[in-house]
Amino acid sequence: MVWFRKPKYTVAGSPSRKEMPSGLWTRCRDCGEIIYNKELEENLKVCPKCDYHFRIGARERISFLLDEGSFQEYDRNMSSVDPLKFQGVISYEEKLREEQKKTGLIEAVITGEGYLQGHHLIVAVTDANFIMGSMGSVVGEKITRAIEQAIEKRLPFLSISGSGGGARMYEGMFSLMQMAKTCAAIAKLAEERLFFISLLTDPTMGGVAASYASLGDIIIAEPKALIGFAGPRVIKETIRESLPNGFQRAEFLLKHGLIDMIIPRKDLKERLATIISFLEKPSLETCLSEGD
Amino acid sequence: MSIYLEFEKPIVELERKIEELEKFTDSEEMNLAGEIGELRKKAEKLKKEIFSNLTPWQRIKLVRHPHRPYTLDYINLTMDDFQELHGDRSFSDDKAIVGGMAKLDGRPIVVVGHQKGRDTKENLKRNFGMPHPEGYRKSLRIMELGEKFGLPIITFIDTPGAYPGIGAEERGQAGAIAENLREMSHLKVPLVSLVIGEGGSGGALGLGVGDRILMLENAVYSVISPEGCAAILWKERSKAPEAAKALNLTAQNLLGLEIIDEVIPEPLGGAHRNYEESASNIKKSLKRNLEELTKLSGRELVERRYNKYRKMGKFLES
Ligand SMILES: [Zn+2]
Repeated sequence: MVWFRKPKYTVAGSPSRKEMPSGLWTRCRDCGEIIYNKELEENLKVCPKCDYHFRIGARERISFLLDEGSFQEYDRNMSSVDPLKFQGVISYEEKLREEQKKTGLIEAVITGEGYLQGHHLIVAVTDANFIMGSMGSVVGEKITRAIEQAIEKRLPFLSISGSGGGARMYEGMFSLMQMAKTCAAIAKLAEERLFFISLLTDPTMGGVAASYASLGDIIIAEPKALIGFAGPRVIKETIRESLPNGFQRAEFLLKHGLIDMIIPRKDLKERLATIISFLEKPSLETCLSEGD
Repeated sequence: MSIYLEFEKPIVELERKIEELEKFTDSEEMNLAGEIGELRKKAEKLKKEIFSNLTPWQRIKLVRHPHRPYTLDYINLTMDDFQELHGDRSFSDDKAIVGGMAKLDGRPIVVVGHQKGRDTKENLKRNFGMPHPEGYRKSLRIMELGEKFGLPIITFIDTPGAYPGIGAEERGQAGAIAENLREMSHLKVPLVSLVIGEGGSGGALGLGVGDRILMLENAVYSVISPEGCAAILWKERSKAPEAAKALNLTAQNLLGLEIIDEVIPEPLGGAHRNYEESASNIKKSLKRNLEELTKLSGRELVERRYNKYRKMGKFLES
């Protein structure tokens, strides 16, 4: 608690001004409320006024969810190449360098194993800050390897997606084929009767939504997360109508029967642990054996 | 009525000249056979020149040609006894995807494919070949029927993309495509996917997880439409030709990148110039591929299919 410490800021003009001194205040992208950063941190980056769950990076997510010191990262240094020598406005290599500098990440996904309240599991977390968390070859490969590790070690697999972009345009069809690759790995995981939880966070769209992220045995979303196949702007341009309120938000998906539940961030760790405890290992082994 | 594309203009002009001369010969009883023959040779040479040097953007124009043969055209021209199956048994019958049982040279198979409409009225019915979730669910139902009875599966891909709409999202477009990808990856029968026109992103891949991925010579297959890519990266849709080049979306590009397995030749000038020739090339290739694949057991097929997609992707490990 830091309430006794005087905040070190000077408010120039009205607090509703668009540009806030960085590092002190954040404006809620949902309700527009100005929130003191310390308060936002303490509230797990959830808006205290409207309950909007701010996007959090992959590293932050892992340290918040997993037991301290338990995370062992896989393929930490795997990096992207420019398989098409993409001739765009800026080169793919330039774009990658920019994003790496901006985020401190090498790519848009972090994978590894660790413990969640004592439950051993494999995790894969995409980070929407890195080229929108889009799935290129590295993201597809690391996720597939993580799933294969879950099979080898007979552990549950938890994927946490924050991917607004879906596919990585710069990698062309190599990117699209990661959808097939990850889904094929999920099919294997299912055949092995291993548990797959998919947690959808803001935003989960496009190629990530239309592949492994939609295939969880249990699909969970954070409140208000934007989840869908096509982006709202594309839909609006196609149908030339305004979109209904709350369209493609977690609550909309729950209402339409597309996800199992919405869990607020503050309850996430506890509830995930409970859910995992049900399906960690098959019960009634005899019913599941194919007979000899 | 013929519809010509911008880059076909020089050919069209020559052909008109030939036509005029022929008319003249008929009416005036003058023998211009020599001249006509020369012009014909010239036209043929010009055609070959133009069509062997198409830019990616020109190929896109070609696959969007309103006379391009569609899935049902190829089913009718390459297969017999087609029995169309309708509906996803849950919501509706999405006419942007067709499918059913048919015989390919006497061999029973199941076939599914995107279906575009030829005119405005039919396009409303077919939704321009852009499926809703129920379309993908219908296709999966039909493919699973094939697996259950040991019938090989052929899929024709021809869509600008899965439909971006409110109903599509309400009924789980993303999940429907994802389930197709997962299930197709382990169907225990031979599965051949052929891109006959536009392979538009996830909506195309939703029918595309085959043991073999084939493409017609002028077909394209892309992670995003060139217009969409141009709008995002160049901030202007008019840069679509540049985007089309950068995306490496032609059959020739994708064969080189080892994303696809085979390019099937089209008649000179594009598939719409000669449906029968195009269909006959397709039939030959489908038969050959199925012959090879039917030698493998279900388990071998699934294992090889897994490895095929497992290998896709380029990255650096240090
Ligand atoms: Zn708020």
